[in-house]
Amino acid sequence: MLGLTLKEVSLAFREGRISPTELCRKCLNRIKKTQRLNAYITVTEEFALKQARQSEARLLQGVPKGPLDGIPFAVKDNFCTANIRTTCASKMLKDYTPPYNATVVQKLLDQGAVLMGKTNMDEFAMGAGSTDGAFGPVRNPWSYAASYRTQAGSASDSDWVITGGSSGGSAAAVASCTSYLALGSDTGGSTRNPGALCGVVALKPTYGLVSRHGLIPLVNSMDVPGIITRSVSDAAVALGVLQGADVRDSTTVPAPSALTELPEDFDVRNICVGIPKEYHAPGLSEETRAQWSRVADLFEKAGARVEQVSLPHTQHSIVCYHVLCHAEVASNMARFDGLEYGHRSEMKSSTEVMYASTRHEGFNDVVRGRILSGNYFLLKQNYQHYFVKAQKVRRLIANDFRDVFGSGVDVLLTPTTLSDAACYHDFTQEDNRTRSAQEDVFTQPANMAGLPAVSVPTALSQRGLPIGLQLIGPALEDKKLLCVARWVEQNVGFPSISDCENTQESRKDPGATRREQASAV
Amino acid sequence: MAACCILAGELLHNIKLIPYYQKSSCLFIRWISTSKFQCSSQPLEKSTLQQLVGVVGLEIHAQISSNTKLFSGSSVQFLAPPNSLVSFFDVSLPGTLPVLNKRCVEAAVMTGLALNCTINKKSVFDRKHYFYADLPAGYQITQQRRPVAVDGVLTYSFLGGRKRNEVMRKNVYIKQIQLEQDSGKSLHDDVNSQTLIDLNRAGVGLMELVMEPDMRCGEEAAAAVRELQLILQALGTCQGNMSEGQLRVDANVSVHRPGEPLGTRTEVKNINSIRYLARAIDFEIQRQTEVVQRGGVVLNETRAYDSKSGETVAMRDKEGLQDYRFMPEPNLPPLLVFEDEASLPAGVEAGQAVLLRTLRAGLPELPSVRRDRLVQTYGLLPEHSFTLVNEDGLMEYFEAVMKGTSRDPRKVIGWVTNELLGLLKQQDLSVSHSSVPPAALAELLELQEAGRISSSAAKQVFQEMWRSPGKAAPQIIQERDLGLVSDDANLHQICQKVVDSHPDEVRAVRSGNQKVLNKLMGLVQKETKGRADPVLVRKILQEKTS
Repeated sequence: MLGLTLKEVSLAFREGRISPTELCRKCLNRIKKTQRLNAYITVTEEFALKQARQSEARLLQGVPKGPLDGIPFAVKDNFCTANIRTTCASKMLKDYTPPYNATVVQKLLDQGAVLMGKTNMDEFAMGAGSTDGAFGPVRNPWSYAASYRTQAGSASDSDWVITGGSSGGSAAAVASCTSYLALGSDTGGSTRNPGALCGVVALKPTYGLVSRHGLIPLVNSMDVPGIITRSVSDAAVALGVLQGADVRDSTTVPAPSALTELPEDFDVRNICVGIPKEYHAPGLSEETRAQWSRVADLFEKAGARVEQVSLPHTQHSIVCYHVLCHAEVASNMARFDGLEYGHRSEMKSSTEVMYASTRHEGFNDVVRGRILSGNYFLLKQNYQHYFVKAQKVRRLIANDFRDVFGSGVDVLLTPTTLSDAACYHDFTQEDNRTRSAQEDVFTQPANMAGLPAVSVPTALSQRGLPIGLQLIGPALEDKKLLCVARWVEQNVGFPSISDCENTQESRKDPGATRREQASAV
Repeated sequence: MAACCILAGELLHNIKLIPYYQKSSCLFIRWISTSKFQCSSQPLEKSTLQQLVGVVGLEIHAQISSNTKLFSGSSVQFLAPPNSLVSFFDVSLPGTLPVLNKRCVEAAVMTGLALNCTINKKSVFDRKHYFYADLPAGYQITQQRRPVAVDGVLTYSFLGGRKRNEVMRKNVYIKQIQLEQDSGKSLHDDVNSQTLIDLNRAGVGLMELVMEPDMRCGEEAAAAVRELQLILQALGTCQGNMSEGQLRVDANVSVHRPGEPLGTRTEVKNINSIRYLARAIDFEIQRQTEVVQRGGVVLNETRAYDSKSGETVAMRDKEGLQDYRFMPEPNLPPLLVFEDEASLPAGVEAGQAVLLRTLRAGLPELPSVRRDRLVQTYGLLPEHSFTLVNEDGLMEYFEAVMKGTSRDPRKVIGWVTNELLGLLKQQDLSVSHSSVPPAALAELLELQEAGRISSSAAKQVFQEMWRSPGKAAPQIIQERDLGLVSDDANLHQICQKVVDSHPDEVRAVRSGNQKVLNKLMGLVQKETKGRADPVLVRKILQEKTS
């Protein structure tokens, strides 16, 4: 039951095969069992059970709120949740409890979805590994899957792999079947990157299609709430609920169309798939390149037009992304001064001393480093040279995409990450800055241009770890993008993690796992 | 609350300092001319070419009169309990976003139109960063790169010339009007070495108006600010009360020799009345002049005006190290203003858009137009039109009186600006608190016009009407026996008595000095307590002295 998709569970509720309370308990149990993943910072057990009971009552009365009623979901810990602490995985906010719900959280609650907890991440979403948070690193559930363990050999626990980030907790929650849906945030790839490494579907909608109100920002001009699910259709259901203009976020736009079901009559022969040549980046693993090529061939064989295209400014994107990111970080982090909320230092000899020590104690090195460089870029003498120049390049990058989509291309197919997930030990050999530059290379251009993009799990690597590919579409063509993504999903034959469950795990909970295996996609 | 009390205290202080000008025909002019330093309105002569002159520019923060704040739904109210008007956004809770208040945009656009500005159809918001305890987000949202309105001009006038009765008309150019957030208030408790923060004001909408350094002295700056205040009040875009901080004026002051580059400027802050503005500027010009004449150097610094000593004192070095690290506000799309409904793009509803044509059509009569109208309609002197327009509610009062009387407007103006305004100032009341309503004054003036009472008796009646609100003029005249004495025999007797007892004066009149006749008339009025019909008395006296 836990391995089902959201749509399947919804059906199971209606047919009385399971109740929301039962399912909620199962998920809570599974969260406990998979605690070592460190996917959750806060588990909202009581609240979840209360919601599940309410949902159950509605189902019994035959008045469910919709396809999400009773569905367990998880939320990255940078979305505000009323009366539930929201930490951003930072000491700065480790005891912070917001008084309001983010719009996306509220929309899911309004649909009767059941909040399981708040997921782990890199501090303030700054990272690509989910290794740099105040609550410790997140472990990729595939670290314990049979597919990986048999390759990795020994039962040693030291070779576990990272989830990617920064929404690693959300990806791990969905991949380890403790939630059917999780919210991530995507600024430079923070939803798609862990989605690819954890073998789940990860959608970054068009900028402005989903409200950011209540999302504690990293880069306001690029942040988008991300959707992580186990199937593309589930992502479409979630987007249908979450999309649309919000009076509390002036950068939102009305949804171009209602989105409940993806059309069944989608014909891949009518689309043109672009393969951007600039995405043959240094460091791209042979296996990932091969998957890229394999899926391109699948498209071609199915009758789609596949064309090589050029996005000439791609190579400059990551540098400019970092300038813009750090500048906004410097600005957005200015509010954390210890006065109104959050951590406050004991050193209070003057307001300035209190500011300085509060911020030094509250932020990790990564955050402080970005604040420092961001302020440097914004200095009067540097503004034109860094910020304005980066903005200009951002425009060129957006124009690259516009030109390609204007020339008849419907969707771009690229890798999501350079390779499959790295071992924690290997990943942490390099600093956060270097890792971010490597990991976001394929994903951040879509943020720079505000375009919708989705990572779809494609295959397992020789190490037994997921490889994902990314599809990028034109602005507000999220629905079409998801149609193409579903086609990929249906044709690549990516195995369910349940099929790869570690035998030891299965023995611990034989009943549940067998059923999951039997009913898995 | 403590800060508010301090403000209220200073307000009372200010009021006590306002002198009582019963005989002033133009309060405002007298009021600002209290500055000891006066601009020369004459062209500079050769001998004065080497003299240092002041150069004054102003930065004015006008609090927008709006029910809610610029980017949040919190109420705006003066003297509310501390931190009672604070939304999640105002306290900068993480994840909150600004939502622009249309009313504030319309207020800024109306103000821009009234000041002959070019309205930018597209303007943008920026973040200005600095750490301060009453700035919760660590930045202020403002319009640094492209403000909502630019390149305007404010025409203001004041009385100048030798006798200070010539209307001097001047222009000051408005560089820009930008929308921005107000900060909260910090209360420093030095005893317990702590700072208390009140965020009620945080996020209230401000219009920052930047006036070019086109003024030369405190008097000009004061007249410009007063004119701006009247315009804002007429528009309803700002209540303009300086003591409540609704209008905050910082003055950039420098001195130079005409023809030479501008000198180093200082910024004078902490000015909470127009009168202090004039004094602070004039003090600062004098101070800088002395520094330069001594061979010293004027420092680029911020100075605070101390209203008790009348001096400016150094506050801090000016922004030498402060870099505000401006950057575009990413959470607000560009602010678009449209000409009319026809120019709206698809998908934008007229109700949501700010339309120039609609706002232009709704502009009220502005002070300068009012003054011209008063001069033309009633044949008033320009200085009278100043008094009527510059004193809140006085024009409306005057026009209401005019509706009820057929008296010459030039007579009525004397009643309004001398008798009425004198009493109001004496008791520190605004026109709306007058105990004599305009209709009652009109009735009194009608009685005088009809010859029922003399002008001096009328003044006594007016005083009594003021003391006993609600009592009509005829009743007072009857009770106090103030009716005109026009009994021929009685007046003959009194006149004879005066003529008999003043032989010297009578001789003077007879030898052709008709002016002395007025003295005799005065003596007759004294005998009758001012009730004698002056026309009749003059006739009788002329007969008796011929």
